[in-house]
Amino acid sequence: MVISEESPAAYSRPLIGEYLCGNSSLEKITYRSKEFWRLNNVEVFLGKRVVGVELSNKFVTLEGGEKVYFENLLLATGGKPITGSIDGKDKRGVFTFTSLSDAEILKARIGGKERAVIIGGGLIGVCLAEALAKNGMDVAIIELKETILSLLLDPTSSEIIRSKIQKEGIKVLTGHSVQRIIGKKDDENTVDAVVLENAQVIPCELVVIAIGVRPRIELAQGTEIKTNIGIVMDRFMRTSVPYVYACGDVAEAYDFVFEENRVLPQWPTAYIGGRTAGFNMAGKETQYPGSTLMSALKYFNIPVIAAGVTNPMNSQEIQSLISYSPKDAIYKKIVIRKGRIIGFILVKDIERAGILFYLMQENVDTDEFKEKLLSSDFGLLSLPAELRKKMLAECVVD
Amino acid sequence: MKRILYRDEVCMGCGLCEVNCIVDHSKSKDIIKAYKKEGLRPSSRIRVEVQHPLTLAVQCQHCKDHPCVMVCLSGAMRKDAKTGLVVHDSEKCAGCWTCIMVCPYGAIKVDTASNKAVLKCDLCGESNLPACVAACPNEALLYEEVVP
Repeated sequence: MVISEESPAAYSRPLIGEYLCGNSSLEKITYRSKEFWRLNNVEVFLGKRVVGVELSNKFVTLEGGEKVYFENLLLATGGKPITGSIDGKDKRGVFTFTSLSDAEILKARIGGKERAVIIGGGLIGVCLAEALAKNGMDVAIIELKETILSLLLDPTSSEIIRSKIQKEGIKVLTGHSVQRIIGKKDDENTVDAVVLENAQVIPCELVVIAIGVRPRIELAQGTEIKTNIGIVMDRFMRTSVPYVYACGDVAEAYDFVFEENRVLPQWPTAYIGGRTAGFNMAGKETQYPGSTLMSALKYFNIPVIAAGVTNPMNSQEIQSLISYSPKDAIYKKIVIRKGRIIGFILVKDIERAGILFYLMQENVDTDEFKEKLLSSDFGLLSLPAELRKKMLAECVVD
Repeated sequence: MKRILYRDEVCMGCGLCEVNCIVDHSKSKDIIKAYKKEGLRPSSRIRVEVQHPLTLAVQCQHCKDHPCVMVCLSGAMRKDAKTGLVVHDSEKCAGCWTCIMVCPYGAIKVDTASNKAVLKCDLCGESNLPACVAACPNEALLYEEVVP
């Protein structure tokens, strides 16, 4: 059984920006076919919110009071947007952007040459900025840190993207924060402008708060399910309660680069965690391989792939190999610790990313072929013959 | 089920596999038209590497543990339960590049003609001999039954 508080069938949250700007229809971002549930013998309750979990008697309670009993429970409640304590955030015209319904609301709301201020220059903020700019809006991003996309990219790659989006007309103000949102003179409750910490006033009709997401751990709170920032997982996607599992943006699970548990609100991480949880819930003991920071992006057609540690601290043990061609905006950075790849950033030239990701995930010692990593003909032939043969043999034949 | 197997000892890195892949997936199926008259030249779904004296030709391995399927944001990459193939729906593809991030063989390409989707080996519709296998002058590519 699957119980979801959202009404539409499972869709891709990372693609709501594509939906908003009209590149993708709802059907295109719907994840599986209409027959999927039936074909897999799954009973689905859409538009039904679970409001409580009773662990000893093993049932969940729905909003209307209905009890649904279970043998094993999976909490995949995801995350919710952080809105902070910005004065005026409850005014009309202030939104967040994490779900399809947010995209629907914005889609209906925008139309003319309105001005939008996006608070937050991270993955969501920049993605939304592009979608709104493509809709003809005047967009400004206000970011607290000195660079946009700072959790994922380093200063050089961040600057490449910033440069591009500014060329496309998006204003980017870094090192600033919004102190308060002010309303119109004749209608206090409707957004008129934002005021920055330096007292600068930016008039706008729309404000979107995109400063991050936090795990929705409400259902676990007050129960024996151990939580930290997210729900704490073991290597089999189990919580501290043996028949309760969790996955996705709500889970704090193993990161193989940091070698500790982290909340990684990313689609690939969610899928692999969910798949592992599913196997374990069905009785097939399967260890979660772990995940790490990993994101593939495209901003005004500039592709970017980044994974692992991309902004390493200065350390004797850590070396960053960098190749940068400012003219073509081609940037490659590979971060190595004691011979092992722990992170990388690729801008524009992305097609070998998967080989680097494999080397990182498998913790391969690259000392023998380190100098080949950045070369323009880097590929499977750059790897030691034994590793290459193993990779090519292991996929096809069991 | 049948898969393309590769014999590195007889591959010359000539690139005929790439040329024929492009022609076979083109609209006209004619080499001159495919390369020069169908707009932006499409990418080949098989990739030849040359680091003299080594050569390699690699395409989608339709992996057992299919990382591309697992990370696909839109659901365009799927594992077909019957054939065991990893199937890509280019209409559904959002061109997010997440599959490219995790393919250990670097076998998935950006469709440079549209920049809106990826391309990967589809075994040329399975009913025929794949174009790359047919074109290889040295039988470095074989199309054979493998045990699933």
